[in-house]
Amino acid sequence: MSDLSRSVAIVGVAESDEVGKIENKSNLQFHAEAAYNAIEDAGMKASDIDGLITAGTSTLNTAEFLGLHPKYTDTTAVGGSSFEIHIAHAMAAINAGYCETVLVTHGEAGRSARNRPGGNMSDPGSQYELPYGFIGQPVSYSMACRRYMHLYGEERTRQALAEIAVSTRKWALKNPKAYMKDPMTFDDYHESRWISWPFHLFDCCIVTDGGGAYIVTKKEIANSLPKKPVWVLGVSEGHDHNIISQMPDLTRTWARNTGPEALKMAGLTHDDIDLAMIYDSFTYTVLATLESLGFCKPGEGPDFVANQRTAPGGDFPMNTNGGGLSYCHTGMYGMFLVLEAVRQLRGETGERQLDNPKTCLVNGTGGSLSSTGTVVLAID
Amino acid sequence: MSKEYKKPIPSPQGESDFYWEKAKQEELWLRECPVNGPYFYPRDISPGALRKDTKWIKATGKATLFTYSIVHRAPHPGFIDDVPFVTAIVELEEGPLMPTNIIMNDPTPEKLKIGMPLIVEFEHINDKIALPKFKPV
Repeated sequence: MSDLSRSVAIVGVAESDEVGKIENKSNLQFHAEAAYNAIEDAGMKASDIDGLITAGTSTLNTAEFLGLHPKYTDTTAVGGSSFEIHIAHAMAAINAGYCETVLVTHGEAGRSARNRPGGNMSDPGSQYELPYGFIGQPVSYSMACRRYMHLYGEERTRQALAEIAVSTRKWALKNPKAYMKDPMTFDDYHESRWISWPFHLFDCCIVTDGGGAYIVTKKEIANSLPKKPVWVLGVSEGHDHNIISQMPDLTRTWARNTGPEALKMAGLTHDDIDLAMIYDSFTYTVLATLESLGFCKPGEGPDFVANQRTAPGGDFPMNTNGGGLSYCHTGMYGMFLVLEAVRQLRGETGERQLDNPKTCLVNGTGGSLSSTGTVVLAID
Repeated sequence: MSKEYKKPIPSPQGESDFYWEKAKQEELWLRECPVNGPYFYPRDISPGALRKDTKWIKATGKATLFTYSIVHRAPHPGFIDDVPFVTAIVELEEGPLMPTNIIMNDPTPEKLKIGMPLIVEFEHINDKIALPKFKPV
């Protein structure tokens, strides 16, 4: 895998025209707007696209809607981490010669067209979890968090969740596109209502509408485009369960493998990372993921994020767009992690811009802490 | 009761007919793999070892609390009258982890201790299905 490092770059990123609460747009319209904007951001034309990837719908749908005729397609859908994994799959396809330039799109009216589980009640989750009210991710993730509290202490876990919620909101206030516009104090966090104990409301991501897209292309094309390429240095993916009651260790995600593997492929260590974009469906997702990736040891996460270390001005900047917690979360949020990573590396993020970051680790988590995609990106 | 029941109802499959049939008789049964022992949820071919010579075993119905959540916001309209209620993963005496509910009025973290002993109790939701749930011993 190491010889694929730096073989492809992300050259275009964009959201749909708007993200937030948008009541009159379909999923496919969000895909299309984001695709249009990403192609424009890359300085490319629709005819340059010969590979197409998405999750949540088939590329049959997105290709027809956009009028594209891809010769390579992939509809890998393993939850919100899919869009990190798609970078790895695009890298593989381009290097194998199947295509040269891959467009990856996402669109989801997560707020305004909300669906509830129903229909097929025969698969394992529907037979053995749904009847008990294991419905929606707050229930599943809160049970994982309760186990973490048992192992590592309730009070320090609670403080860590609060640190993550508050620091992420601080970043959101610097992002004009963020859904949450008001400051959050620690008291606000602790006083927010219970959703699914141990989760407060402010432990849970927001639910919004929107879309995003990015373009991956081979080195020669990337170097010919107007914007500086953001190189893909390392990738790794995988999963070890689907439903929460089958998770081998409720405090360790598959990032325990993908973190070290993606960094190894990149030829970097944890200390080399300037920005961490960590999927934050819940505050606890971040805590478990930082430990699993190896930024700190199991149980040390609360010390790692203490004293607003991940907030603006802290020495471990994380989720600088305001995250799924405060900026935007359509349902499969992993797309938006990539957009922010690329923009920070390019220096395009305005008030929240970090001082000349060169490297970013992006980690997507999908399902019930089930699937992971880790990507290491860098700019020259 | 069944006419009023508005929560999701499981659809037994060929591999799980026996499990749900036994649950209706207020018995909890597990599959057992000759290599890795008892496992949940039931399927004919065992996970990991992929053995076909698996068998059904009757569980004692004893368990301990592995983790839980106290659900305050109903995640489905069928649960509106139940909140707050307890979703849990319990560790069966035979070893496997199992998703379930803890039967408890006015649940609080103080009343729910990780490791506390539990015993199965069946809730008959219609004339076909009984859900195995657990209550403190």
